[in-house]
Amino acid sequence: MKRLFKLAAACSAFAFTVPAAAQDIAITGATVATGDGSAPIENATVLVRGGKVVAAGTGVTVPAGMETIDGAGKWVTPGIFAAVTDIGVFDVSGVSNSNDAGASNSRFSAALDISQAINPASEHISVSRAGGVTRATVAHAPGDSIFAGQGATIDLGVDPDPITQARSFQMVVLGERGARIAGGGRTASNLELRNAMAEAKAYVAGDWEGEDALLTRPDVQSLVPVISGKQKLYVHAERASDIRKVIALKQEFAKLDLVLLGASEGWLVANALAASGIPVLADPLDDLPSSFEQLAATQSNIGRMTEAGVKVAIGGVGAFEQPRNLTQYAGNLVALRKVPRASGLTWGQAFASITSIPAEISGLGGKAGILRAGAMGDVVIWDGDPLELSSNPTRVFIDGVEQPLSNHQTRLRDRYRDLDESNLPKAYDW
Amino acid sequence: MRYRALTVLGGAVALAACSANGQSKPASVSDTPASAGSVETPYASTYTPYPGAPTALVGATIYDGAGGQIDGGTVLFADGKIVEIGGADLAIPAGYTRIDGSGKFVTPGIIDIHSHLGDYPSPSVQAHSDGNEVTSPTTPEVWAEHSVWPQDPGFSRALANGGITALQILPGSANLMGGRTVTLKNVPSRTVQGMKFPGAPYGMKMACGENPKRVYGNRGRMPSTRMGNFAVNRQTWLDAKEYADGDRENRNLAKETLAGVLDGDILIHNHCYRADEMALVLDMSKEFGYKVSAFHHAVEAYKIGDLLKDAGTCSAIWADWYGFKMESYDGIPENAALLQNADACVVIHSDDENGIQRLNQEASKAQAAGKRMGIDISDATVISWLTLNAAKAMGIDDMTGSLSSGKMADVVLWNGDPLSVYSRPEKVWVDGAMLYDANDPKRRPVSDFELGQPGEGDVK
Repeated sequence: MKRLFKLAAACSAFAFTVPAAAQDIAITGATVATGDGSAPIENATVLVRGGKVVAAGTGVTVPAGMETIDGAGKWVTPGIFAAVTDIGVFDVSGVSNSNDAGASNSRFSAALDISQAINPASEHISVSRAGGVTRATVAHAPGDSIFAGQGATIDLGVDPDPITQARSFQMVVLGERGARIAGGGRTASNLELRNAMAEAKAYVAGDWEGEDALLTRPDVQSLVPVISGKQKLYVHAERASDIRKVIALKQEFAKLDLVLLGASEGWLVANALAASGIPVLADPLDDLPSSFEQLAATQSNIGRMTEAGVKVAIGGVGAFEQPRNLTQYAGNLVALRKVPRASGLTWGQAFASITSIPAEISGLGGKAGILRAGAMGDVVIWDGDPLELSSNPTRVFIDGVEQPLSNHQTRLRDRYRDLDESNLPKAYDW
Repeated sequence: MRYRALTVLGGAVALAACSANGQSKPASVSDTPASAGSVETPYASTYTPYPGAPTALVGATIYDGAGGQIDGGTVLFADGKIVEIGGADLAIPAGYTRIDGSGKFVTPGIIDIHSHLGDYPSPSVQAHSDGNEVTSPTTPEVWAEHSVWPQDPGFSRALANGGITALQILPGSANLMGGRTVTLKNVPSRTVQGMKFPGAPYGMKMACGENPKRVYGNRGRMPSTRMGNFAVNRQTWLDAKEYADGDRENRNLAKETLAGVLDGDILIHNHCYRADEMALVLDMSKEFGYKVSAFHHAVEAYKIGDLLKDAGTCSAIWADWYGFKMESYDGIPENAALLQNADACVVIHSDDENGIQRLNQEASKAQAAGKRMGIDISDATVISWLTLNAAKAMGIDDMTGSLSSGKMADVVLWNGDPLSVYSRPEKVWVDGAMLYDANDPKRRPVSDFELGQPGEGDVK
């Protein structure tokens, strides 16, 4: 338990993920978007030294002798921060042997720790990296408990240690899904949640009786940092009334460090959400009543919540929606500004919704998703506006280390560039 | 927020939702004239175009759907048909409503060749799960139109965000032969007959690979392997040939569909991922004398662009989906570009109620992937992937899919380049009737289901 406290609270783990090969580089003459919500800056410079950002903007002097990359015609940004993903925990999601995204037959729940399952060599990490995603949080999918388990914050570097912060959050599932898991109704999920809080409190007080408890010992132990606010609690809820219950939870358990996940109907309770200070990770393009808890889903959701003062990032975009397409989703929020009666985001806000804001919500404010002195050296050079469909990363740095952009997909692409087998079968083309 | 652990099969196959016990009642169609259905054309289309004004779109960049581009062009349509397109010098006849398109773009209506709107509608509850008749590996006798719920809110989003004017609804891929497809106008109606695209040929959905063998193998019945898939298919075709070669007097719904395929009247739409399997299916089509109109999903089509070109078979594909099932493992974003480079037919499809809202964006990503590897494909060609090429593979290209004179006036005016992420449809016409206008709050459909609901069809 003490170990949990330490790792969950401290960010000291960052140091271990910076390999010695971090380069000192200056990128000059580029269009720079710092990720802080501001508009892109023309003809700007980014300096990275010792794996950290040193400066970004105009009027930056490049130290003599520093390796310089000509950024003319390029865009330079912090790497994309993908919040609440399942990258690195499966090879083929439909092949169950290769899929560690969930553990629905486990006897444990809240104690499940996704950081133990991250495979930095995963195809999806390399594909996402080539798409400019440099850091992510990975959630454990819920099984037979409303407590899905503990998520991790990772980098997408090619090095063997992907963990930025293990056990960076716990996740609990309310709404329709949580209700089905808990026994068929929201009454059951409510009681499961409250019982868990009570057991964790009892555990801290030293009067948790294992034989009378509903949680296993590892599960109740893992909830101790949650009730003390040392570990974030992500709460998945979509319906407006469920979101109000989450806000009420914050009033009842003031120490909880809550993050709302989903929030399809968040715009209906935007003012209350803003007042609560609970940040939101939402799917930007859900606009269908795909369930009865999402009847008010709209693409204007993030725009309206942002206008109300809620801290919102794009996150929890699951299933077939790939992290490398986060730029596309953010671009769509900009597009909404041209649609009458819709609410979207400015370019700067939209880009922040996939960089600095998810990083802040994930506990890495000022450290990731931003080009600012002292931030991690996660830098991407693009061949154009990163939110535009025609643009692609040309170089990717994580903690100042340049990353390979090749993967299984690029090798297939190169092999099948032509179908000529006049000399040898395609299998010899590698 | 969705969880991959739960959706390992995903929307593409949605089989978790297909083993349902729920029974769906046939829709009541009290307002269909009795004469509309007959033995010859049962459940016939009752669609008729809505009124429209003669319209001139002026000064826009036009992608004509057939690979042509006109800058600062003019599009004329009247009486539901395209009259003419041309440059700025094209004379505008009297009586036309003039719409300024400067800075904007015009394309034909977008066509999605692969959708499950209506047969897997929103809300996606078990009671609505009508896309797979998962009770036999071959069900050519079922018709997707008998599952389509016209009140699916997804149709309205596809119109307003995706500029979709026509779409093909297919049965799912649990079965080797899933049943007949139906092509719809994306025009709201109380009945599915009111949406049916007049004169569109039927299609038949087939599926190879993992899904049929898994679904039926898990039940201890054939097919449980890929070789089983082929054996069941071949025997079914043999039996169908015998029926087709006979007098056909003893009506058999399954055999009527299969005979329609052998006659060339019903088009084959074959869900298939792997290149080697597509090559085998092409040989099966030769063995029994039918044509595969399009392979759907076809994530490995780029490995056999030459075979697909020779067969005249289109590949209806996503831009970048991969890795969600074993047979999708080799999916690459350059699939479309490599196929185009091999002179094979490319169609961008959605198979998804969200993806159908941005086929234009998917095509743009596929174009960019090609450019990255040195394959430059013109914007106008890319637009043909979701217009004329889709229409060809669906057998409706003589009626829609491009802005040729005399074709249906299915037209989208975009508020910017449709290949940019920052653009959306501003106005959409189907058969010359304006059915979506971003500037007119009332000119967009709201389904019965969404009336009085908190978001009311995304209009609040």
